[in-house]
Amino acid sequence: MSEEQSFTLDGRRVPFQAGQTIMAAALAAGVYIPHLCFNREFAPHGSCRVCLVGVNGRMQAACTTPAAAGQTVESETGEIREIRRGILQMLFVEGNHVCPACEKSGACQLQAVAYYVGMLAPHYTHFYPRRPVDASHPEAVIDFNRCILCELCVRASRDVDGKNVFAVQGRGIEAHLVVNTPSGKLGATDFSIHDKAAQVCPTGAILTKHRGYEIPIGQRLYDRKPISVVGDVATLSESKGGRRHD
Amino acid sequence: MIESKLKIATCSLAGCFGCHMSLLDLDERLFELAERVELDRSPLTDIKELGECDLGLIEGGVCNAENVHVLMEFRARCKILVAIGACALNGGVPAMRNQYDLKDCLEESYLRGIGLVNPQIPNDPEIPLLLNQVHPLHEVVKIDYFLPGCPPSADAIWTFVNQLLSGQPLALPYTQIHYD
Repeated sequence: MSEEQSFTLDGRRVPFQAGQTIMAAALAAGVYIPHLCFNREFAPHGSCRVCLVGVNGRMQAACTTPAAAGQTVESETGEIREIRRGILQMLFVEGNHVCPACEKSGACQLQAVAYYVGMLAPHYTHFYPRRPVDASHPEAVIDFNRCILCELCVRASRDVDGKNVFAVQGRGIEAHLVVNTPSGKLGATDFSIHDKAAQVCPTGAILTKHRGYEIPIGQRLYDRKPISVVGDVATLSESKGGRRHD
Repeated sequence: MIESKLKIATCSLAGCFGCHMSLLDLDERLFELAERVELDRSPLTDIKELGECDLGLIEGGVCNAENVHVLMEFRARCKILVAIGACALNGGVPAMRNQYDLKDCLEESYLRGIGLVNPQIPNDPEIPLLLNQVHPLHEVVKIDYFLPGCPPSADAIWTFVNQLLSGQPLALPYTQIHYD
């Protein structure tokens, strides 16, 4: 019988199978590592850097780093918490995240992760970028102000829906989400609200039309318990306040 | 020996007074607070001139020249300055006008608005001039503490003020931290 392989995460032994990432092994063991661009149904992207952990003293993304026997992984240290908080603060000032005016507030993964890492204020200077809202589709609206470039909709539309509706264009600070049509409008695509791409957004960038503010403040997904307990909005069914279609 | 009361000032800049409403939501806890603090300039006292204060609580972001002036005066006279509520922290709803040029905003409201009689952009010298963009407080002066919420609940304000006044480290329970 082969010996079970394991690494330690904040002093706790976490078993893993060959080929698993640190994130996958931690999730399987019930240990939460905060993340935004990671969704276990998709190939890891490694872009948001929120799942940063110390691996034998080096900072690496838990979602892309393969687990290895005997690794010492640190996640909930003061230093890492501070780095994560900084990443969240940069995400907030880079877009226009007006929580009081967003239908996703209370059931937003970006907001919930920011609560989890203890972000009280954005700290940095706001960019206030001017980005459009696309309401051309009969069932869905895209508010580009809230996009954090996690590419989950890109991956879902390409890999699951087979429609390739979304892409990210440009580099660095110029990078932005685009819709693959000559007009750039969602209404000109075969995108449907039943697509996987409509169920994975961790923010309020992709929203279902004709509904909003359905759950009263105090009863929303992350109002009472943190995301580490509740789970990701994209993995929870709509009947439980999440985005996944039943 | 009678301990001297701590002096607190409050004001609303580009806000909706919702945070002040939340402060009033302390209800009977206000009596307890009043035993420990004395209000200086505040919409609740109507004192116009800001004195030397231990603590300043500011609601709202900075949208015009007068806001800048008041904020800098608060910074100069308050030992500890606290940004309270979404607008003070990130500009909030008023900062949604940052998506547009100021000229377009003014023309939309005062020239192209529906049902306007004698449309004109107000330019009375008593009206503070608007800034091109709305800004959160920390982009103008040093802010010592931040309390998020739209508005922060009375419970959050109570926890925060108590911890601050008693010199404890600030630690709000999960349910008292909200951005909306």
